Amino acid sequence: MSVETATRTSRDGADDVGFKRELVQLIPHLRAFARTLCGDATAADDLAQDAMVKAWDARASFQMGTNMKAWTFMILRNQFYSEKRRSWRQTQLDQEAAERTLVAVDDPEAPVALDELRQGLAMLPAEQREALILVGAGGFAYEEAAEICDCAVGTVKSRVSRARRALHAILDTGAYDRDGASAGDAMRAILADAERLSTAR
Amino acid sequence: MIENMPSPDPRKPSAALDEARLRQQAIGVRLRQMFDDVVNEDVPDEFLDILRRADEKKAEQGS
Repeated sequence: MSVETATRTSRDGADDVGFKRELVQLIPHLRAFARTLCGDATAADDLAQDAMVKAWDARASFQMGTNMKAWTFMILRNQFYSEKRRSWRQTQLDQEAAERTLVAVDDPEAPVALDELRQGLAMLPAEQREALILVGAGGFAYEEAAEICDCAVGTVKSRVSRARRALHAILDTGAYDRDGASAGDAMRAILADAERLSTAR
Repeated sequence: MIENMPSPDPRKPSAALDEARLRQQAIGVRLRQMFDDVVNEDVPDEFLDILRRADEKKAEQGS
């Protein structure tokens, strides 16, 4: 390393080393978050890698000492939605309709099957799914999740609580796709029922 | 209008509420587990390779 290089990077270099160390530690979390957004493991790793590189390239704009996990999650999320230009909002299910179908299960403490949970999550509107994942699994405070999702804290709270109720309803009615056939059929039937009930009032 | 609010039915027996809470807990546990399963996976070498290349690119470019 030349003298100039050493001088030029003395401060930046030290920051870069620290940044990189922290970024490497976050990779497993970025992969996990990406997996919940993409579903497909390969696509998720591509997304996580893109986010990692974007974070690295943008390291100058990161303030050391602030929450790097939230910062990288925000980058990953932005990356995901900029790639996914499809109108994901329009594919949302009617949440309240799903919640109205909430029924009791025989054993509320019965373990939740992983596949069912995955499919149940997939049926949630994207914004509710991500809020629930960030708060319920990622260990973020509502305030941090709000920052990541670029919305108000109250919005995150409401999304998380709606997601919880909807997931409960979906799992307990078995509205998820049991045999790999058409995922939405059972759910659509439930929604149609609920729709009929709500318009009848 | 008001009856359409998704708030819990006040007449609902508390046993049902307890049950719902337990169910939520079971779902929450599973959710965290699902996430942590991926967190605990070995990170593919590709990630570190990519990061190393990005780092080298920076070193070459100078500035």
